[in-house]
Amino acid sequence: MADPIISVDGLTVEYEGKRVLESVSLNIEPGEVMVLVGGSGSGKTTMLRHIIGLERPTSGTVRVRGVDINRCSEEELMAIRRTMGVAFQECALFNSLSLEENIELPLQELTTLADPVIEIMTYMKLAAVGLGESGKLMPPELSGGMKKRAAVARATALDPEILVFDEPSAGLDPIVAAGLDELILFMKRAFQMTILVVSHEMASAFRIADRIAMLDCGSLLAVDSKDAFRKNANPRIRQFLDRVPDPITESPIVREHIRELAGLTGATK
Amino acid sequence: MKLLETVGSCVIQGLAYVGGLTMQSWSELRATPRLLPVLGKRGRWLTAMRQMAEIGVDALPIVSVLSVCAGFILAMQTGAVLRRYGALQYVMDVVGVGFTRELGPILTALIVCGRSGSAFSAEIGTMVVTSEIDALRTMALDPIEFVLTPKYIAAMITIPCLSIISNTFGILAGSAFMHITTRITLPMYLRYIYNTIELRDILTGLLKSVVFAGIIVNVGCMEGLRVKGGPDAVGRSTTSAVVRSTYLVIIADAFFTAIFYLVRMTGA
Repeated sequence: MADPIISVDGLTVEYEGKRVLESVSLNIEPGEVMVLVGGSGSGKTTMLRHIIGLERPTSGTVRVRGVDINRCSEEELMAIRRTMGVAFQECALFNSLSLEENIELPLQELTTLADPVIEIMTYMKLAAVGLGESGKLMPPELSGGMKKRAAVARATALDPEILVFDEPSAGLDPIVAAGLDELILFMKRAFQMTILVVSHEMASAFRIADRIAMLDCGSLLAVDSKDAFRKNANPRIRQFLDRVPDPITESPIVREHIRELAGLTGATK
Repeated sequence: MKLLETVGSCVIQGLAYVGGLTMQSWSELRATPRLLPVLGKRGRWLTAMRQMAEIGVDALPIVSVLSVCAGFILAMQTGAVLRRYGALQYVMDVVGVGFTRELGPILTALIVCGRSGSAFSAEIGTMVVTSEIDALRTMALDPIEFVLTPKYIAAMITIPCLSIISNTFGILAGSAFMHITTRITLPMYLRYIYNTIELRDILTGLLKSVVFAGIIVNVGCMEGLRVKGGPDAVGRSTTSAVVRSTYLVIIADAFFTAIFYLVRMTGA
């Protein structure tokens, strides 16, 4: 078995004394699509930010292609980042640049390619996500789905080995979201990329994933193939898959406040 | 004891802030060669040129009008007092020296603080909120080099230029007052000013405006980079950028004026 391309070991993250991730360990193999799922506030995005080296953990290690990204030199980190493409939830397109210029930016800054070559590559990247004719548009002129696809085009500009998506289908209608799923699968097939997707859309996860990992309250509950994950008996995973809401706990304070508002204070004392 | 702790903590926070500004300024200075024409990366200097237009050219009307008003007000106020002693000609000294050493640089700095300092903070704060700064980092591009340094270079060049323009308009406004009150002609007025102002008056004013430029651009950018949360945090950072840079500009002005005063006294 090949060495994992991304290896997270004992990742613990605390913000102002509050533990957000608790000793999380996860290996991602080269060429696989790993979908990280979990409820809101479960620590998915925090984990992703640590994997792409935007934040430093309280303890634990994150290795990308064998390099510990929290202890390596700045040059090594830059080299690692050039092998990763990230499509953010907010798309993070530069609003002052046209779509073409957004894609050209990493090519101009990080390669020595001639301008005509960059122009052709930019067109190819945009065409691959179905935006070949929209290069002159500015980001505010794009629809939500177009922005997401443009973010994918920019993330793949340098032909990265690893592609990372944060909530790719958030805020999109089911048809556009399905189109984005197909695009992710196309990226995997065409370029043999390793893809990490953070999502809470289970339909999308089952469509694109080779393996699914689930985070809950900062801890990793399961890492399984999608079929094994679907059959997992863990009550929290079942609740997540079967869309069962958490019971609303009846707080005595809230109950008393409602009684006060209704003018019933002291009625039962 | 509680008071001492509070004062101590405020001093430490203040020093940490100034330290942060200094480190940021050093990073921008190191990245500057990569934005120069010919030496720098392709086309990057154009970004600095665009910033120069925004900070400098677009501020020309407001700097000119306010400098004319300030020059005229200064001439009228000092004229009203000096007339009593038959020393109306000294209005020209006050306006000439006052503008080159003090009013030109500080007036320009305060205008740029409100106009561009807030814009830097809002722009960078929005980039933080929409993950654009994170996107740059993940693309192995340094936000300091890519976003902050063009603003730094532009401010360092345009703010001293705006100060010179402010000096010119302020002094010319003084000539209008002198012409109305004493019928002194413009060539005579300018000759008098030429004989009154020393080169070091102009140089100290320019040195101050370079320092003010550094403060405005670094505070604006730092407040933007420190944004956490949503759009409301961007609004707060904008206010904070203007307030902090105004404070620091005036404190720096007092500091430099005191230094120059002492140098003059010991030199005299």
